[in-house]
Amino acid sequence: MSDASYLSLSKLTLAYGDTPAVPDLDLDIRKGELIALLGPSGCGKTTTMRAIAGLMPVKSGRVSLDGADITRVPANKRAVGLVFQSYALFPHLTVYENVAFGLKLKGMRGNELDAKVQSGLKSVGLSTFANRRPAELSGGQQQRVALARSMVMEPKVLLLDEPLSNLDARLRLEMRTELQRVQKETGVTMIFVTHDQAEALALADRIVVMKAGKIEQIGSPEDIYSRPTSSFVADFVGFENIFQLDQGKLQTSAGLVDLSSHAPSAAGLAWRPRMVTLGSGPYRGTVRGTSFAGDSREYLLDTKLGPIKAEVDASQPAHALGAELAFDLPVERAALLSRFG
Amino acid sequence: MTAQRLFIPFILFLVIAFLIGPFLIIVAASFSAGETLAFPPQGFSLRWIAKVFTVESFRASFGMSMFLAIGGTAAALILGIPASYALSRYKLPGAEIVRTVVSAPIIVPGIIVGLALLRYIVVPFQVGITLALFLAHTALVLPYAVRVVSASLENLRSDIEEAAVLLGSSRLGAFFRVVMPNIRGGILSAFILGFVTSFNQVPVSLFLSGPGVRTMPIDMIAYMEIVFDPSVAALSSLLAFMSIGIVFAAERFLGFSRYV
Repeated sequence: MSDASYLSLSKLTLAYGDTPAVPDLDLDIRKGELIALLGPSGCGKTTTMRAIAGLMPVKSGRVSLDGADITRVPANKRAVGLVFQSYALFPHLTVYENVAFGLKLKGMRGNELDAKVQSGLKSVGLSTFANRRPAELSGGQQQRVALARSMVMEPKVLLLDEPLSNLDARLRLEMRTELQRVQKETGVTMIFVTHDQAEALALADRIVVMKAGKIEQIGSPEDIYSRPTSSFVADFVGFENIFQLDQGKLQTSAGLVDLSSHAPSAAGLAWRPRMVTLGSGPYRGTVRGTSFAGDSREYLLDTKLGPIKAEVDASQPAHALGAELAFDLPVERAALLSRFG
Repeated sequence: MTAQRLFIPFILFLVIAFLIGPFLIIVAASFSAGETLAFPPQGFSLRWIAKVFTVESFRASFGMSMFLAIGGTAAALILGIPASYALSRYKLPGAEIVRTVVSAPIIVPGIIVGLALLRYIVVPFQVGITLALFLAHTALVLPYAVRVVSASLENLRSDIEEAAVLLGSSRLGAFFRVVMPNIRGGILSAFILGFVTSFNQVPVSLFLSGPGVRTMPIDMIAYMEIVFDPSVAALSSLLAFMSIGIVFAAERFLGFSRYV
């Protein structure tokens, strides 16, 4: 085992009956990393997470953790923790008993057990809630109990299923900070599944973008946000102007525009609305729609390149519907896509 | 206006009188001092209630009914809990068929169930009376067990079992540690419902009862054919209060009505 592959999935194939869900997935995760599996629903991210936990049978391929092959190790012997999206607290047990559940199964008793549970509860700030039932807690508190319940087991890997999606905006920020703190303090390897790019960008060290059971791109949040390599990832992280190139040429209704000198090998180019220069440039478009968003204003332009979305500071003078504007798509700022579709 | 306002309470009163009236008459008749079953009761005494406890066949049939109600319901739950679990947790082929077959004894009239059991099970296979009654009561209670336990399983998220497994429990251990405690109320409700159903069962038991082996209701019918004194009313009252007591206690401590 090298450091780069503390948790390693190789040629992992998963299926629901005869319906393939994840084909031939390869992924290496370093010890102590905070990884986001990002993708739309049905992309296989939850299935992959369940396979790591041992809740989903592996059709073929290998899962190894800390140097050992765990492909066939049952879920209860894996030392992998999972915080469920619904938290899955035991409703008949108190907060204290929920946290003690796994430790008791390990055979821990008496003072040792009590100390461990108390410190687990303290670490998530719920010491005073020890005797409550899950139903008496808010969603955020329930999630912290679920987190404590998994963390006291000292898992090698902690999995989190959509950890922030059931929380309101304020709690989301709180929980995000909490997860980062727990991760820093314990050094546990964390993998969380999300469909929300903002969540992944804010929390993860590395993001794995998935589509239809396959990995589209792996990279740092900066990479994913600024340098998507496929049209799918570009679209997912908010590049709204995406163009396919044919041999370096952009197909427009006014003929081909040659961009091969700027992007010799790219299969496509993508721009965020922010990246479009409005008011000057070689292209012209007619304003078809406009919307005001506080500090910015968005325009939808009809152009020979197709519809273009542009966003400019609200401090700039507004353009009326039907106005004809010059604009530019600065090629040096574009994301170069190596895969399209 | 006044007439309209009184109309609904009046109808309500009639309905309640219709439901509870016969029961009140029986209770009143059981305190009669007279020699025959009559209403209004002639005088007041507790002699018929005392007599109930001295009739030998009542004691035997009460024992039999208790055995069938407790044993049959327990057997139905032992079969019904795993069945409910499988039906609610796994996408089994033919699950709907199983559900329908399991519910059949509720839908099919008891007379037919009794006759069919007698004709095609008891007679050809020479099943003993007690065993036949036990099997019949188990089958009759099974639908209630499956239905009520299923209802409480539906209300329980299945991911808590996975959570228990990831915390080190086996699959079976997870069932006993986190599923059973959370459906305990449903199981107790099913038990009470099954107990009352079995105890009050007449048509099936009528066919399967034999010499010396009778359930309580069958024995009461037989007794009334020979002796027409108020002790049957007294016994009925005692049994009714037993049932009411059980249901009341269940509602009070378990919230019985949530599951039925």
